[in-house]
Amino acid sequence: MIGRLRSLEGVLGTALLLMLATGALLAPVLVPHDPLAIVAGPLLPPFADWSVPLGTDRLGRDVLAGLLYGARVSLLVGLSAAAAALVVGAAVGTAAGFAGGLIDEALMRIVDAFQTVPGFLLALAFVSVAGPSLGVVVAAIALAAWPAPARLVRGEVLSLRERDFVASARVIGMHPLAIALREVLPNALPPALALGATIVAGAILTEAALAFLGLGDPNQASWGGMIAEGRTVLRTAPFLSLIPGAALVATVIGVHLVGEGVAQRRTVP
Amino acid sequence: MTPLCVVEGLRVRYAGALSAALDGVDLTLRPGAPLAVIGESGSGKSTLALALAGLLPGDAQTEGRLLWPAGALRPGRDIGLVFQDPWSSLDPVLSIGHQIGEVLAAHLGLKGAAARARAQELLARVQLDSGLLQAYPHQLSGGQRQRAALALAIAARPRLLIADEPTSALDAVVQAAILALIAELCAAQGMALLFVTHDIALAAGLAAHILVLKDGRTVESGPARAVLRAPKADYTRRLIAAHLGLDTPGPSRPAAPRPLLCATGLHKRYRRGGEPVAALDGVSIELAAGETLALAGASGSGKSTLCRVLLRLTEPDAGTLHLGGLDLRALRGRALRAARPRVQMVFQDPLAAFNPRATVGRVLADPLRVNALVPARAIPAAVAGLLAEVGLPAALAARPVRAISGGQRQRVAIARALATGPELIVLDEPVSALDTLVRAEILALLAALQQRRNVAYLLVTHDLGVARALAHRLAVMDRGRIVEEGPVESVLAAPQSVAARALIAAVPDLRAVSKL
Amino acid sequence: MTRALALAGRRLVAAVPVLLIVAIGCFALLEAAPGDAVDAYVGATGGDAGLMQALRERWGLEGGPLPRLGHYLWSLAHLDLGHSVAFARPVRDIVLERLPNTLLLMGAATALAFGLGTGLGILAGARPGSVRDRALSISALALHAVPGFWLGLVLILLFSVQLRWLPGSGIETVASGLTGTARALDIARHLVLPVAALGLIYLALYLRVMRAGMVEVWPQDFIRAARARGLSRRAIVLGHVARNALLPVVTLLGLQAAAMFGGSVVVESVFAVPGLGRLAHEAVAARDTPLLLGIILASAVLVLAVNLAVDLIYAALDPRVGAAERA
Repeated sequence: MIGRLRSLEGVLGTALLLMLATGALLAPVLVPHDPLAIVAGPLLPPFADWSVPLGTDRLGRDVLAGLLYGARVSLLVGLSAAAAALVVGAAVGTAAGFAGGLIDEALMRIVDAFQTVPGFLLALAFVSVAGPSLGVVVAAIALAAWPAPARLVRGEVLSLRERDFVASARVIGMHPLAIALREVLPNALPPALALGATIVAGAILTEAALAFLGLGDPNQASWGGMIAEGRTVLRTAPFLSLIPGAALVATVIGVHLVGEGVAQRRTVP
Repeated sequence: MTPLCVVEGLRVRYAGALSAALDGVDLTLRPGAPLAVIGESGSGKSTLALALAGLLPGDAQTEGRLLWPAGALRPGRDIGLVFQDPWSSLDPVLSIGHQIGEVLAAHLGLKGAAARARAQELLARVQLDSGLLQAYPHQLSGGQRQRAALALAIAARPRLLIADEPTSALDAVVQAAILALIAELCAAQGMALLFVTHDIALAAGLAAHILVLKDGRTVESGPARAVLRAPKADYTRRLIAAHLGLDTPGPSRPAAPRPLLCATGLHKRYRRGGEPVAALDGVSIELAAGETLALAGASGSGKSTLCRVLLRLTEPDAGTLHLGGLDLRALRGRALRAARPRVQMVFQDPLAAFNPRATVGRVLADPLRVNALVPARAIPAAVAGLLAEVGLPAALAARPVRAISGGQRQRVAIARALATGPELIVLDEPVSALDTLVRAEILALLAALQQRRNVAYLLVTHDLGVARALAHRLAVMDRGRIVEEGPVESVLAAPQSVAARALIAAVPDLRAVSKL
Repeated sequence: MTRALALAGRRLVAAVPVLLIVAIGCFALLEAAPGDAVDAYVGATGGDAGLMQALRERWGLEGGPLPRLGHYLWSLAHLDLGHSVAFARPVRDIVLERLPNTLLLMGAATALAFGLGTGLGILAGARPGSVRDRALSISALALHAVPGFWLGLVLILLFSVQLRWLPGSGIETVASGLTGTARALDIARHLVLPVAALGLIYLALYLRVMRAGMVEVWPQDFIRAARARGLSRRAIVLGHVARNALLPVVTLLGLQAAAMFGGSVVVESVFAVPGLGRLAHEAVAARDTPLLLGIILASAVLVLAVNLAVDLIYAALDPRVGAAERA
């Protein structure tokens, strides 16, 4: 019963994300206007005018267009930042775990340093120095997110290295490089991949928060930016903040659900 | 005397299981008449113990009757339980004193000084120092933990003690001491005992009655003396025949011994908590081609370190190591890997020694491929040949190592060690995790392979019965040194060292039928 | 006790290289920022080339990168965090001025998240798979997906705009003239919504980790053994299952210190709480890199201090810590 519900979570999450991804990909087909273009009168409420079904913002921009194009930014930034963080983290963790000694010590102090600085502050500082563009935002988020997988992979490598099956591979004369690539890494990486959903969710939220503070790419519609826009008219037109916020929450819930589903499949063979 | 507990036609079936774990078992438990339940893994013996203690999972279906003629017994209060694994049956973050205190408060309402006094008395009862009340489980040895678990089990003065394989995770010498303690506690406190074990010889020294279980059904049941001396069931006869006592016939000596391995003056120290601990303190051994040297000793005596040093997995601090004239310690990198096929190893836990993602085929193909022993095309055939050599079907190659039985895994581990055509195989407790009948089969297989391939074995064991069955010579280790060495029969007949005498005394004797 | 002291000593020693790396990282960011502090200062206040030269000498901005790094680290060692362009004041003074508000906000939010999250986690983990567990787990999953700044806006909309129960901005009523208990109550009323916005997000995490920990502890042998000893369900759930599952939750307390500081940036901005987080936003808006880096360094020290405390708590809860470590 529980198992069925659990996998139901995975299915739900996948469906949610697929819907979002479809909307994001088909944005130019679904809404004819540019999300940053002024298309109608300002502050039209939702469902009042069917050419702009979700209404318009303070400047008369289409909220639905913003929502769909914003989904592109959220998903793109979330996935690329998480992928970058996982690749860098796994590489550093593997290097530290295998090298040991001084190299391990040095790499882990760097990881410590990155985990000591609040990730969001680091991203903030990086974007403010390098200037807000999509690439910089991705890099800034990855910069803050790579230490967790690095630490995890290193721990896995260190524990796997001591296991009997690695000793057994040495006994049959396997080359150390082959042991690392064939015996240790395939067992060390899955736990880091399981961290993937959490990192994607965190990256999406961080992107939104950066955009909310005015550090998103100014040439892209973004949910965080829309919420910040709506905040100035929170009393009169709360829907301008509530709609993109709800989209954000739904997306992150979708990511968490998928993560949960994957975790279930991993533990229940 | 009124029976404490009567079980009639007990059937237990776990949710989702194809067949019943217990299928119609009857038994009667009386104080002063310890009952031993014998069975291999999957026989349902642990289910029986859990059912009596009321600890079956909620979704298990039970049928049959469980009667308590002398009044219902409550778990913890009237029934004490001791489990198999002393490493995991105590809460790791609470002190021993705290855990005993919990039981005393829950069942006897004891608090403060009274509870403290009772806890100290309990530790003394299980022969532990009362200072260990403040100790945490990780600070205790396996034997000490099992004594602490016993103290917890008897804390509320139960009328029935259920011991589920209480010693199978301990080494032979500690096992003997714990069994003696259990027998003594039951006798002194008038506790009834249900003793669950896979080793029929342990029952001989402890039980008045024996119940043999197989696949959830009773195979044989009766007074211990009758069951052991004149077993009615064929299965019981096979269990008794598979027992390895010190009178087991040993193997014949190899024809013309040629020196193979020579190690002298091996030293290895570890740092543990800042204190250097000598794992090897000047160990020298010699081994001839086709010969088996058994290395016996308690846990922590340095056996495992010696194995790792011989296999060049651990670097010794000092000493020499030669294999047929080749200086093993001088080898590095490529030269070392080239020499590795000559010495192989079978690990204690075969599952831990295989890559968890591997199939049987890959486990066996790896040594062939890595050392380019056969052309790539011929590898499947070679793998099938290896499987046949250890008595397994070629179809097994496609199975994941996680999906085969324990006995099959140990055969695969042996096949992997054979793959490179080694002159020496280090066998680290190769049968200690196996059921009695499977153990006998594996030992027979090892003996046959030695005959056929003239391979030498270094057999690490804490069980002298196993050493007797397979080895030509016996070396006894104690605290990093070899304290005694010689032909197996001479060491067994006239042990010189304390360590050897303790090991010999620890081998259970089938003829020691309980006088209770 | 000696075990805890030894641990604290080791952690303090390990903190030195970490802080050094953070400082070097900050210096690199400072160098990467367009223009230096003098450009920004002169740009804001006006001045000629002579003044710029004099300032560069005074602030150690002469010479190559290495001497500049040396000067930077030397200043930091003397607790000199540099000069804020936007505020025209030493960074250290501004940071110290704003720190108490952030500590108050984070402390209260952590207490809420840890206390309530752990408690609800125990309720969920007491019977894994039950209806109560599923309801709590799904709520936690949903709550965990809510961005702090948006939750803040929703809370303002609900409790400040619609219901008018609580103030939605600032740390206290401006020019109220309140003192003593009255002032403390006023500050508390102002903090309710920001603490809720910051705390509720992390509450979900504590709930999930506590529950997951208990799910992992339940099948362990020592829990079965505790049941065999006839202990009450309550004693087993609280005294053994939750007790063991608490360890990863305490670890999370240390890991979350940094994350919560990041969260306080947006929450303080939304609620106009004059703390370090809002200061960071102000520094970014004013392109005041020295101030931003000063905040980063201060936050790093704060996080290290929190982690030291967490390590000591952990060592007190888990007797195995330090036992196996090699000297």
